[in-house]
Amino acid sequence: MNPLLSIEHLTMRFGGLVAVDDVSFDAPPQKITAVIGPNGAGKTTVFNCLTGFYKPTSGCMRLRHPAHGEFLLERMEGHAIPAQAGVARTFQNIRLFPGMSVLENLLVAQHNALMRASGYTVGALFGFGGYAAAERRAIERARYWLERVQLVERADVNAGNLPYGAQRRLEIVRAMCAEPVLLCLDEPAAGLNPRESAELNALLTYIRDEHRVTLLLIEHDMSVVMEISDHVVVLDYGRKISAGTPEKVRNDPKVIAAYLGEEEAEEEGRR
Amino acid sequence: MRASAAPRPPFDWPRALKDAGLVAGVVVLLTLALVGFRIQDTSAGPPFAYRFDDVLAVALIAFLGRLAIGALRAHRVVPVLAGALVSAAALTGILAFGIDEQWLPFKSSVLSGTIALAAWILSARAAWLVWHATSETSAEVREARMDWLGAQVQKLAWWVGPMLLGLAVALPFLPWIDRRLLDIATLVATYIMLGWGLNIVVGLAGLLDLGYVAFYAVGAYSYALLALHFDLGFWLCLPFAGIMAAFAGILLGFPVLRLRGDYLAIVTLGFGEIVRIILLNWYQFTKGPDGLSGIPRPTFFGLPMVREAPDGGATFHSFFGLEYAPIDRVIFLYYLALALALVTNLFTLRIRKLPVGRAWEALREDEIACRSLGVHPRNTKLTAFAIGAMFGGFGGSFFATRQGFVSPESFTFLESAIILAIVVLGGMGSQIGIVLAAILLIGLPEVFRELNQYRMLAFGLAMVAIMTWRPRGLLAHREPTVRLDHGPPK
Repeated sequence: MNPLLSIEHLTMRFGGLVAVDDVSFDAPPQKITAVIGPNGAGKTTVFNCLTGFYKPTSGCMRLRHPAHGEFLLERMEGHAIPAQAGVARTFQNIRLFPGMSVLENLLVAQHNALMRASGYTVGALFGFGGYAAAERRAIERARYWLERVQLVERADVNAGNLPYGAQRRLEIVRAMCAEPVLLCLDEPAAGLNPRESAELNALLTYIRDEHRVTLLLIEHDMSVVMEISDHVVVLDYGRKISAGTPEKVRNDPKVIAAYLGEEEAEEEGRR
Repeated sequence: MRASAAPRPPFDWPRALKDAGLVAGVVVLLTLALVGFRIQDTSAGPPFAYRFDDVLAVALIAFLGRLAIGALRAHRVVPVLAGALVSAAALTGILAFGIDEQWLPFKSSVLSGTIALAAWILSARAAWLVWHATSETSAEVREARMDWLGAQVQKLAWWVGPMLLGLAVALPFLPWIDRRLLDIATLVATYIMLGWGLNIVVGLAGLLDLGYVAFYAVGAYSYALLALHFDLGFWLCLPFAGIMAAFAGILLGFPVLRLRGDYLAIVTLGFGEIVRIILLNWYQFTKGPDGLSGIPRPTFFGLPMVREAPDGGATFHSFFGLEYAPIDRVIFLYYLALALALVTNLFTLRIRKLPVGRAWEALREDEIACRSLGVHPRNTKLTAFAIGAMFGGFGGSFFATRQGFVSPESFTFLESAIILAIVVLGGMGSQIGIVLAAILLIGLPEVFRELNQYRMLAFGLAMVAIMTWRPRGLLAHREPTVRLDHGPPK
């Protein structure tokens, strides 16, 4: 099966600093691929290249959209990547629209579809076209996702007033409202308690299995990574040092060395 | 008196005196040059008249006032209440009955009146303290209260809005309305419209625009030039003026909208000045500082509002079989301003609920998140900028037709600042707050024109007061544009 996303020889330099150094990996369709690595390994930089916030120094990111054909993400403008290629993302430090209600957050995520339905504002302004119906459908979609994350009751609350865990969940379903084919999650489990982590696992597998969405996930929480990911890529100092199934990566001496430091790894190797 | 029930520490006299002394010192420093000297006609004597007694009086009043506030904070209510009441009553008495005017602290009755008012406020506060044990309302409590008030006003807007509208429509026919008040009402309506227009840019899209007056100027000159050179009427020129201003907005917005916050503010400020200076210097096109005069007045669907039509055709009064009355035109202009303002309001209310309006607000909240959801940041900002500019252009062409004369002097930075002040004071994004702020900032100073220079002082005082106590604006409260219908309870 063709991978949904292939990253080939991606390099990102900031002046003299090489944040990502010749990284290549694939994200198989409808699977969860986890990108792990110690702090500063370049995981978020890969995400920022992928979603158009950085222009990579070199390399190629190929996305095969099942309906819209093939896209070369490094050649696209930042806002076009979610709109056309169907790549949505969340952020390490949550980025909601705090002064707007939960429901409005989810409607902004469906901006492009609603803009088309509103005849680029002109039609809906004078009451032409089926904008009302389109908005109802958008609200229904929002309700569907709010039900998934138990936020229906709080739909009219300002997003900034939600507790932390709920904000994390809202950010994920907001990205899902944009109907992506590839969902990139930057540390979705950061700051969650064990129960919330378990709920997150359930939500992510639900998104993968029921909505046929490919997930790419940066995570430090190994309980999330090992439990739900189908494929793990390990970065260290901007280089890919290992890739494979969670089982394989867990026992890779290079990975253990990167996480625990050389010495202990050597000791472990001797045993 | 519940206040005395709490055990209280002894009053810290040295500290209170030091505090009051410091305030008095600052007041002396501030007022010495402004109040202490007065330039006078040199032929009559020395170039300055000295008024140090006034400076002293100001300092003394500041000292006493600060001491009283300090005493209130320490719950020493009764002496303050007594002192403030006595001085307030005495000042008011002297002012009202005109006896023993030499006892007034200032020769100007306005200043003495202000002092009397301050004394009344102080006594009211002291009296409030007698009833309520605590004086310290924390900032959060006050914020919460004002938020609650804002929310209540928004809720009331359902029937307050139509009521205000009814009042506005009936205004010209109310018995105590004369021509002067109607002119002021027209001015206020113009500023409400400009405030609502700028609110799209500043309040919804969160783009701080300090050069809004540039679009106002573009609108005014578009109408003036089109009417003078091509002999077009007001109603034909109005959309043109709006389109021209919108184009000016796009022209400016295209390069600068990648800037954020303060940087955008500075560039727009510069743009406002550039437009004014072009109007001033491009003499062949704009007649420079001479301005353009003889701009045609608006017609009532082609019927001019004059005593006799120049071409001998029908006029407004002859067509409707009325007596000619000059006030007709004033009333007509008022309704025109009102209608333009209402169009702006309806447009804003409607577009807020459309995807583009939500995208504006989302951009204000977090631009990066918007990009990650596929909202085109530049185009979305450009539409906000262009639409805001368009309403500025409508306002400008109304200004031109009302005055019959435009010159660059009308489009200084002060205008931008006043319109922005209306938006900010009203509470960003609050439609009814802007009405309130426009009445406060434009209407009241016009009504109290007799106070001449003191009205600007009051303007400044009001701004400082609101920025201190209500930095988010008078009625800053946002209602969601859409609510989830929870359906019938199961």
